Amino acid sequence: MLELRKDIFADERDDNLKEIGKPTQRQDMIGHVTGTTAYFDDHKLAGMLHLKVLRSPHHHARIRRIDTSEAERSGGVRRIIRGADVPRNLNTLLSLLNFGKDDEPSLATDKVRYKGEPIVAIVANTEREAFEALTKVRVDYEQLTPVFDVEEALKPGAPVVNETYPKNTFEYHGKYDHQRLRFGDVEQAFASADHVLEQRYQMSPIEHAPTETNGSIAAPEANNRFVVYTCAQGLFFSLDTTAKILDVPSNKLHFIGGTVGGGFGGKVDSLTEPLVTLAAMLTGRPVRYVLGREDEMQFGSPRGAERIYVKDAVMRDGRVTARQVRSYFDSGAYTRLSSYAVIKCAAHIPGPYTIPNVHADIYCVYTNRVPATAMRGFGVTAVDFAIECQMDKLAHLIGMDPMEFRILNAYRDGDMKAHRREAKNTALIECVQVAAEKAKWSIRDEYKRMSSRAGGGGARAAIPHTKLDSGLQAPARPAPQRTSYDRPLPPPVAPPPPAPPPAAPPANVQHGAARFSSVFGTRRR
Amino acid sequence: MKAPVQFKHNGSDVAVFVDGGASLLTALRDGVGDTSPKFGCGQGTCGVCTVLIDGEVHLACITLAETVAGRSVETADGLKSGPNLHPIQTAFMDNFAAQCGFCTPGMMMAAKALLDRNPSPTRADVIDAISGNICRCTGYEPIINAILAAAGSRQRA
Amino acid sequence: MPITVKTFATLGEAASALQSDRTAHFLAGGTLVMRAINEGDTSFSTVVRATDRAFGEIRPAGARVTLGAGVTMAQVMANGELSFLHAVARSVGGPAIRNMATVGGNLFAPSPYGDFTVALLALDATLAMQGGYSGRETPLEEFLANRERNTSLVASVTFNRPNPDAFRFRKVSRVKPKGISVLSIAAHLPANGGRIAGARVAYGAMAPAPMRAKSVERALEGRALDESGITAAVAAAAEGTTPQTDALASAWYRREMVAVHLKRLLSGSQ
Repeated sequence: MLELRKDIFADERDDNLKEIGKPTQRQDMIGHVTGTTAYFDDHKLAGMLHLKVLRSPHHHARIRRIDTSEAERSGGVRRIIRGADVPRNLNTLLSLLNFGKDDEPSLATDKVRYKGEPIVAIVANTEREAFEALTKVRVDYEQLTPVFDVEEALKPGAPVVNETYPKNTFEYHGKYDHQRLRFGDVEQAFASADHVLEQRYQMSPIEHAPTETNGSIAAPEANNRFVVYTCAQGLFFSLDTTAKILDVPSNKLHFIGGTVGGGFGGKVDSLTEPLVTLAAMLTGRPVRYVLGREDEMQFGSPRGAERIYVKDAVMRDGRVTARQVRSYFDSGAYTRLSSYAVIKCAAHIPGPYTIPNVHADIYCVYTNRVPATAMRGFGVTAVDFAIECQMDKLAHLIGMDPMEFRILNAYRDGDMKAHRREAKNTALIECVQVAAEKAKWSIRDEYKRMSSRAGGGGARAAIPHTKLDSGLQAPARPAPQRTSYDRPLPPPVAPPPPAPPPAAPPANVQHGAARFSSVFGTRRR
Repeated sequence: MKAPVQFKHNGSDVAVFVDGGASLLTALRDGVGDTSPKFGCGQGTCGVCTVLIDGEVHLACITLAETVAGRSVETADGLKSGPNLHPIQTAFMDNFAAQCGFCTPGMMMAAKALLDRNPSPTRADVIDAISGNICRCTGYEPIINAILAAAGSRQRA
Repeated sequence: MPITVKTFATLGEAASALQSDRTAHFLAGGTLVMRAINEGDTSFSTVVRATDRAFGEIRPAGARVTLGAGVTMAQVMANGELSFLHAVARSVGGPAIRNMATVGGNLFAPSPYGDFTVALLALDATLAMQGGYSGRETPLEEFLANRERNTSLVASVTFNRPNPDAFRFRKVSRVKPKGISVLSIAAHLPANGGRIAGARVAYGAMAPAPMRAKSVERALEGRALDESGITAAVAAAAEGTTPQTDALASAWYRREMVAVHLKRLLSGSQ
């Protein structure tokens, strides 16, 4: 059951919570238990056609020829859709935010880059007729050497997975092949450390496996529009992606979402909406395109695999003095959201700890695997797995209790983070203390008394001398970021460094948004 | 060539025409218009299509529609009596036993099959009864609690 | 071509229909055939069914037990005279699958499925076939060796009722209670004056079809089921096995684990 620890940070809040902590019934629960909650597939439209897709059986191959003539004559077939029929057959999800180059076709034309990649779409009167027509499509492939390992993909001479990114890495700002974080001097810290621990962590791709598979239904509607019932987690993402790929104004599309039968990030890629909408446009009929379970497992995007190297310097007294992370995201054959995941990862390092020297290189790598996508905290969850395993190992190495070790190294209010932002409203110490209490894990009194609000700042607020790889000196001023909602700084322990000029207050503080914004790190008062 | 299938659906006589080889799931969703059983795998592994045929749990997606001719089929759509919820439905609500809700109809039918023959199941009995139903959201605990709570309630449909 | 379902009153008629259309599939419980249809298998267009009562009958006539091929796992579990098979039937699928899955269908289930057949193999079962060699009882082992080429309809399965103490079964799966086999083991070890006479040990998911572990049988034959007997059996555990690598387990893992679980099965430990 839920327990509210109001004793912690008690002086920071009014005890006037009306909703939090009280069991409130979901507004859709009555629909769930009566079977009346509407999912996309609970719409049956008269004269509905069925769309099935021919997928690449190869991990990496050139397409020499596609012959659909026999399939076109197959019983019940209404329309066959090929790459040339797609108005804009190259897209990337985040182009909607001007981030990344269009790299992924809706239907492959000259090359396939992962097993399961769509090549031809068949629209027929029944599912069985669509399946039968699929067996009659002839594709001539010239198989190419695939690459499945992120580090192999980065070696010179590796097969080029995706010609949009010929070095098999995403390009940030048109010129950088990875994300970097530099803070202090890790080499110096390694040289003077009592122990250095380097470990390699590997996470496999993970399948969302929602009980409801990906799918959508599109149909012509009044006012010359098209209605699309979809399982999409982001309705406007999906609408705008479809409008772009089909080269129609977005007001021509009427997207209706509903309850998603489990998404977890696996229903953000608009896997079915563009093709099914195009099929409705080309046939003038309602069309349904739903993935079977095998296709959901094979073709539906997984959480991307990650390989993470963590090298830490630790002192006998328990302080972690340096953390160097090199991480490779396996984006699969196309970008989708992995470019963004890498930024999130870089923003998360070194974890919720104050470590005076931090160095990170994070890569978004292309391989001939199924393109990866978002899943529950992607970008952060895997690197956290690596960091927390590493923390346990470090504690074990120096003979310190792992909970106390975390409390010792936790960031505190006023500390400078590796991203040149001040740590504010921190609470890791209290979380570990309560976790230890709940697990009946004994920690010493000294650690029970520690607080996020004490011991930070002072010398820990300084930005260390940081030399960049280019030889230039990194900026020595923190990024200004304070609002009136932030907890006041702790009293300085040592003479404070020269104070930077006070940051101008933000022009319009929006109470609703700013209060819970993770960017500003505020907490309700 | 469509074949007729007549059966009892939640107590009412229905008749639908189905394509050869069509599943009971298709007959219910497309023919009868009962969308409470869901499509999740088509393989009989996920359980979201769980229905009762003559009181026993079956998976509609791998049941040939024609085989229910003359038999009684029950789905989640038929749990209510008039506007009143079945004790299983109330227990699922009270115990927050659903998040996305997609597995819920199948879970409730598996629960009904259990409680109709064993009004006082143990926790192990409940786990066995829902062992053919996958949930990706709740972690199963609220569902197990809901079924035990429904068993404890004195009302019986 | 659309699917045509043909339903016959007798197994004989059903068998003839199968003989005349070699691509036709026989539908018993539906767990395999309906799955194939749902997943877009267009290699067959005809489904054959039979409503013959004998198909779904259990005939435990004294020392010999005959199960109609249409008998479901749930029916086996509900029959008090088949208590030695209850653990086996319970291990197949979940409750709904057990109401649908049949003895006959399990004979054709591809590895790693087919746990009920593993038990039948350890019981030296024979099959009564319709069509083809009608009237001849086919040893299960022979059927399994030729399973891919089979065109006959299995009408029933027969075996000698074992002494319940002599029959053991174990299914190893990652998910419990319902899960697909990493491997399964059935053993029939009748004892004569403390020594095993007529040992039969069968494995599931250790080969393309359920197989007999003949090296293990030879190691146990004539011995007592004591520590040295078990050690000899376990030493031969993986001999002759050709397990596959699939989503559940690698071939290496299966070969390692069969010895571990054979030992637990023989020594009666969890």
